[in-house]
Amino acid sequence: MPMLALLATNANQLILATEELGEINDGGLLASLAWLIPVVPLLAAFAIVFFGRRMRYKGWELAMGAMGFVGIYGIVLAFATMNSEITYQGAITMGEFGPLVLEWGWMVDGLSSMMYFVVGVVGSLVFIYAKSYMAGDIRFTWFFASFSLFAGGMLVLVAAPNLIQLIVGWELVGVASYLLIGHYWEDHDNSSAAIKAFLVNKVADVGLFIGAIIIGTTAGTFRFSEILSQVAAGENDLLKKFAFLGGLALFIAAMGKSAQFPLHVWLPDAMAGPTPVSALMHAATMVTAGIYLLGRMFPLYFVEGYAVDVRPIIMIIGALTLFLMGLIALVQTDLKKVLAYSTLSQLGYMVAAMGAGAYTAALFHLFTHAFFKSLLFLGAGSVIHSVHSNEMTDMGGLRKYMPTTFKTFVIGSLALAGIVPLAGFWSKDEILVSFGDASGGAANFALYLSIAGAFITALYMTRAVYLTFFGEYKGQGTPHESPKMMTVPLVVLAGFSVVAGLINMPGITAWFTELTAVRFTVMGDHHPTEINFVMAGLGLTAALAGIVIGYLLWSKDAETQQARDTFRIPVLYPLLKRKYYIDDLYMDGIVRPLRGPVARSVDWFNGHVIDLFVNGAGALAKFVGKYVYRFDQSGLDSAITASAAATGAGGSVLRLLQSGRVQQYAVMIFAGTVVLVAGFIIF
Amino acid sequence: MIVNQFLMLGAALFAMGVYGVLSRRNAVMVLLSVELMLAAVNLNLVVFDRAFRDELAAGQIFSLFIIAIAAAEVGIGLAIILLIFRNRSSANVDELDLMKL
Amino acid sequence: MSFGDWIGQLENWIFAILAVGTLSGAFLVVHSRNVIHSALGLVLTLGSSAGLFLMLGAEFVAWTLVMVYIGAVIVLFLFGIMITRAPLGYESDLSHPMSVKVTAAIVSGSMFALIGWAFLDAFGSVEFPVAEGPTRTADIGISMFTNYVIPFEVMSFLLLAALVGGIVLARQDPEEVDE
Repeated sequence: MPMLALLATNANQLILATEELGEINDGGLLASLAWLIPVVPLLAAFAIVFFGRRMRYKGWELAMGAMGFVGIYGIVLAFATMNSEITYQGAITMGEFGPLVLEWGWMVDGLSSMMYFVVGVVGSLVFIYAKSYMAGDIRFTWFFASFSLFAGGMLVLVAAPNLIQLIVGWELVGVASYLLIGHYWEDHDNSSAAIKAFLVNKVADVGLFIGAIIIGTTAGTFRFSEILSQVAAGENDLLKKFAFLGGLALFIAAMGKSAQFPLHVWLPDAMAGPTPVSALMHAATMVTAGIYLLGRMFPLYFVEGYAVDVRPIIMIIGALTLFLMGLIALVQTDLKKVLAYSTLSQLGYMVAAMGAGAYTAALFHLFTHAFFKSLLFLGAGSVIHSVHSNEMTDMGGLRKYMPTTFKTFVIGSLALAGIVPLAGFWSKDEILVSFGDASGGAANFALYLSIAGAFITALYMTRAVYLTFFGEYKGQGTPHESPKMMTVPLVVLAGFSVVAGLINMPGITAWFTELTAVRFTVMGDHHPTEINFVMAGLGLTAALAGIVIGYLLWSKDAETQQARDTFRIPVLYPLLKRKYYIDDLYMDGIVRPLRGPVARSVDWFNGHVIDLFVNGAGALAKFVGKYVYRFDQSGLDSAITASAAATGAGGSVLRLLQSGRVQQYAVMIFAGTVVLVAGFIIF
Repeated sequence: MIVNQFLMLGAALFAMGVYGVLSRRNAVMVLLSVELMLAAVNLNLVVFDRAFRDELAAGQIFSLFIIAIAAAEVGIGLAIILLIFRNRSSANVDELDLMKL
Repeated sequence: MSFGDWIGQLENWIFAILAVGTLSGAFLVVHSRNVIHSALGLVLTLGSSAGLFLMLGAEFVAWTLVMVYIGAVIVLFLFGIMITRAPLGYESDLSHPMSVKVTAAIVSGSMFALIGWAFLDAFGSVEFPVAEGPTRTADIGISMFTNYVIPFEVMSFLLLAALVGGIVLARQDPEEVDE
């Protein structure tokens, strides 16, 4: 195992590095061994590639073992962090290139423990589920290898104590998502979706590179703890000067991974991957990376004098995403796409909350959302597994056939809609309160849109539940309940969806706040100490109104809803159906023009530059003609014939040069070089 | 060992590469000849590096870069030739006269 | 220095052998009527030039050349030859006719004359400074990753671009065929 060898050879540096930091509060062995968390899944991924096929469960047991390890470690670590406030970071120096120090490290604090917990627990449940869901797939082993890589990449990202390692994890997640979205690559649409996800993410990744370079060079270090303590001390003027640009660039990176408007286009298409992938991608890994980055760099956006000006932008982008993407979810007929747009909308909440300065509220929503969204996706996967179609027009009436899936799906939907006392209510309420507390136009904008968003969320989830589980079954064959391997994770996640919100009830419990407050830099952090009945009432009313209206609209006629959706959402329908034409804009505005730019520029060159020569030759001929005319007038006919012949001969000689053969051109280039150089030397 | 013996060898190698690029008809052969030219440049770079006792070993480093570039160039070049071959079932350079007006 | 003195040194004998190897390999590359012989000629040329690098004390470059070129690039070429179904036996179609060859010979000959004259003019019979052993690979590494780290990064980006470009160019897209 290469990592162990590395540790052994660099043992001295390891001790030095940790002593230098002097930030070990405690945590002992538990925190100092936390480097295993990202490494175990990565090693599992490689082991599955090499040995998976020969194993009893074709590599699944390795992936499961790794994820289970991460889950258990994550649970223990989260509790330990909360109780004894561990802020630990360790690093091995991988190399020093002048001023640039490359480190591989790991950190344990509230934020990263929370992420280990979420990735580990949700990941383990999804892996259990996926064994049964993917059974019989021709690339079963390969799937689990990339799946482990996906989770491992996310854990590398979360464990990163510096921007460089964060980039490594960021890209690992991107590559693994490419592999997973394109899992069924035989279908051209799926591989296109994978390429699309990869490319859109790459566009945003440029932001991450630029942001990391700006912040790393102005702060003189890539370590988060050092950058953020500089920010907290407020002494680095150079960093202050560039903080806006750096913060904006990092936010653009977050917009890509967390799929914020207008870089959201890849996420709905990423549904092309197998459903467990969607569940993990939408809940714990990948899309949470952007929120995580904003949370990690939070003081940069929060402390006066740094990137505070980015915050209104973050709020507005988040608010637009949560509102616009929720509307699209209303017209989708594909069950997974409804959930995908719902994820986009919920990510909008988190991003906007980060912008409003509600660090804990945003992370709390990430935490609760991870449970109910993975529950909803796994439930959708269970439905798709038995119906063999993604379209809600092929479903309906499944309540009778799949009782467990139905019950858990309804719990997930209610949690997502924010019905008291399920998880979504508490986290969404906290976000609404934070918008209310923040001042400024952007916060008000976000507040109104997020209340409207709560209504829309309830509306589309009601629609999805009715179309899928009520009415008459419209598909083919007889649907059946999924096997135990798939329903047990659903039940467990449903349990989490019920209780996850209870750990941070304003005024009653504050465990989650205590956990996220464990950080390297001290920072003002407001958690409402008592429940704000106005906001809670508004959010709850909006959600209940959404459910009631959704019931009235969609409960009766399960057969004809698709045709009538057009009627029900009159003006918006075509706009929503085409997803605000953003995909078309990208396709026609960017992709198509770029496809043949070379051909086009060559064409332009032909049309303009070469024409210029032709026209010039024409003008010259005209000029010459004038003289020739005079000569002609004076009776020199022979001169005319001669000049015409000369032109013709010259043309036919020159025509030989224009053969289109590359090698003749090469001859001229080489000969020309020789002549020129010789000329320079001689004269 | 005088410097010039290496330099002249490099020049000869380069000239032979030029000859190959100009006189070969098959595109793969043209690429092979390009490699000759690159090898000549490498030789000269290393010779200069050693002749001037460069502290930074710049000549050697740049010849390493050239080796890497050459690998990339062969990859792309062969891909292009493959594409041409697929479209016109011939890899002869003189049949590619689309650059003619 | 007279030719007699020059040939009296052992290292110049080695040089002469390697030079003959280099040039005859190059001759095969540009003149052979057999594709495989041409590719193998390139191996000979590069192998000999790796030998020259060793003579010059550039060990790392020499072994990189052997590994990258003879190891990878030549294999790539052989694949290219195989895939484009270039004729494997003797073939008269590989080169242009005589007239083109003469033009090429004139151009390349004059190029050689020019470069050679410039070198002779500039260096005359300058000798290499007394060797203090070969360049240490560590020094190359330090120089590359400190002074030349940005070119190095650019280089890696170029390789990535080449990788993507190679895939895009060489793969067959069913959609493109339809359009």
